[in-house]
Amino acid sequence: MVGPAPADLVARREAASDSVVEVRGLVRDFDVSASWLHRTLSGEPRRVVKAVGGVSFDIRRGETLALVGESGSGKSTIAKMVVGLLPPTAGSIRIDGTDIWDPANAPKLRDLRRRFQMIFQDPFASLNPRWRVRDIIAEPLDVFGITRGRATRDRVGELLTTVKLTPEDGEKYPHQFSGGQRQRICIARALASEPEFLVCDEPTSALDVSVQAQILNLMRDLQDRLGLTYLFISHNLAVVRHMADRIGVLYLGGLAEVAPAKAMFRDPRHPYTRSLIDAIPDIDMTGRERTPITGEIPNPLDPPPGCTFHPRCPFARERCRREVPRAFAEASGALVACHGVEEGWVGQAPAGQKAV
Amino acid sequence: MTDAVLSVRNLVVEFPTRRGILRALDGISFDVGPGEILGVVGESGAGKSITGSAIIGLLDPPGRIAGGEIRLKGERIDNLPTERLNRIRGKRIGMVFQDPLTSLNPLFTVGQQLAETIQHHLRLGERESRQRAIDLLAEVGIPAPEARIDNYPHQFSGGMRQRVVIALALCAEPDFVIADEPTTALDVSVQAQVIQVFRRLCRERGTSAILITHDMGVIAEAADRVAVLYAGRIAEVGAVRDVLKRPLHPYTQGLMGSIPSLTGEGERLVQIPGAMPRLNAIPEGCAFNPRCPRVMDICRRERPPLIDADGACVTCWLYDERTEQPPAREAPAVGRPA
Repeated sequence: MVGPAPADLVARREAASDSVVEVRGLVRDFDVSASWLHRTLSGEPRRVVKAVGGVSFDIRRGETLALVGESGSGKSTIAKMVVGLLPPTAGSIRIDGTDIWDPANAPKLRDLRRRFQMIFQDPFASLNPRWRVRDIIAEPLDVFGITRGRATRDRVGELLTTVKLTPEDGEKYPHQFSGGQRQRICIARALASEPEFLVCDEPTSALDVSVQAQILNLMRDLQDRLGLTYLFISHNLAVVRHMADRIGVLYLGGLAEVAPAKAMFRDPRHPYTRSLIDAIPDIDMTGRERTPITGEIPNPLDPPPGCTFHPRCPFARERCRREVPRAFAEASGALVACHGVEEGWVGQAPAGQKAV
Repeated sequence: MTDAVLSVRNLVVEFPTRRGILRALDGISFDVGPGEILGVVGESGAGKSITGSAIIGLLDPPGRIAGGEIRLKGERIDNLPTERLNRIRGKRIGMVFQDPLTSLNPLFTVGQQLAETIQHHLRLGERESRQRAIDLLAEVGIPAPEARIDNYPHQFSGGMRQRVVIALALCAEPDFVIADEPTTALDVSVQAQVIQVFRRLCRERGTSAILITHDMGVIAEAADRVAVLYAGRIAEVGAVRDVLKRPLHPYTQGLMGSIPSLTGEGERLVQIPGAMPRLNAIPEGCAFNPRCPRVMDICRRERPPLIDADGACVTCWLYDERTEQPPAREAPAVGRPA
């Protein structure tokens, strides 16, 4: 543990169910056409990949929302748009009520940017190898004009201690650290500007399980102590279940289901969520029956019409081939985008695949 | 075990460097029985992949086998000259690598690559080889194999490519297959399919295999027995169910506890303090002793031998009769909830 939580933070976390982040109708297209000359000569049309197609969600203060999905589902694209690294094609992202992509808000943005930070997947690529660790961590302090001189040095030492390194480690260079330690440095840098909201894009995917456990425990401790809000992106369902309060399942750029973490694993609603949970190797060796999902994710250049999951869905009917399902709220509080669940012909999960 | 298909005894692999000799594998011993799939699991740097490369004679120079022996059906294969080794690779030992794109030549169709391998190893004619290649593609679950056989690797998706590589590894009907992280590059839903194909084919053909992975889930799905490696040494070998459910070695116990559970209440994960030692700084005695929660005096002085304990083999002084407290096998306090 990193020490008791300041009382006001706990109070804030418990009392407030207000949203830190509101994402509405988020769309991102990527133009992957050949060059103009090539297209003109060969008569090819423009080709556009819809990486994210109309995603909406809220993240409440102090909670962890996880986005989970396979490669090409749009997880990282959403993360980049939420922290302001990639402009959306359409839709809005509000952080504390301010639309971060509205040009009218540009003057306010500098102050707002202090309050959200990102942790990247690859701790080998996200630290400048020519900088000492203390300079890496001091950079946000400097950029935002938070501290200078001696105060900066003290604060860097403090941040290093927070992530279970020592102030002396600040003198070293990134290559002198292991993968897990580097990820700690990344976390220390992200915490430097005292953010409220952290976007974590596959923060442990490059790490071994025992090191992953250290980082996940650290992230939970920090959340308890500092009242942080996380958007946690991962492809690993076990990690997501461990970390998240709520989970959003992405498939081909759209949210299939958003539900509280434990409820989703106990009773997955969307057929894709069911097959995804079914595909997790049974490490507890309970001998549970598994029916692996058939087929693979379709080419996003040419997504299937209607529900994008219908070619792989064991329950698909005619309506799924024609009509894109809209998310609806179930009594349990889960948001599900599936005609079958809405009309009741995708039944309860069979008893055999429920968690024990 | 005398009927073992593959038998490895005290294997030592060294990498001479300017700053001295690094021991990547230090006295590894295991057997793989007929039709058995042995999982080899460990974290980065534990020596998993080196084990695979050493068996098939593909150690990157300056790596070399410095001791011990490897026997394939009783015949020593660790000291063979290259020409004789070439007749074993592919023919008697098949190989599946992590990234299917590096195992397939992008300039030839899948059919050409399969047929070439079949012709070379089985001395079959062109037409027969092609037919055999089509049958194999069907066996690994590629739809419409007659049409797909003339496609190039880039026309297949990642999961389909890995199926082709499995077909390629099995096409010469080898005695033994080494699969090095075969599903690591794949998404979960596809991973489950590929593991099933691999396991089914090994079963049907009675092929023995080594499955190298960092993922305990894959081990639980596909392997019969598992060897846990730590710092180039074996920590524990045993039946998958025993090792996963009731690990003996404190390292395996920590490892299992550090995996987030799909059923628990989200309690704190078990942390193993520190990190695996570097090869040039492996501690005296048991390599795990500085991180071990149950370390004893002897662990710091003497290296534990492979001790038979309750059906499994474990290199840990806790299970030696000479130490005071011979612990009965029980669910460890740090392990995952059953």
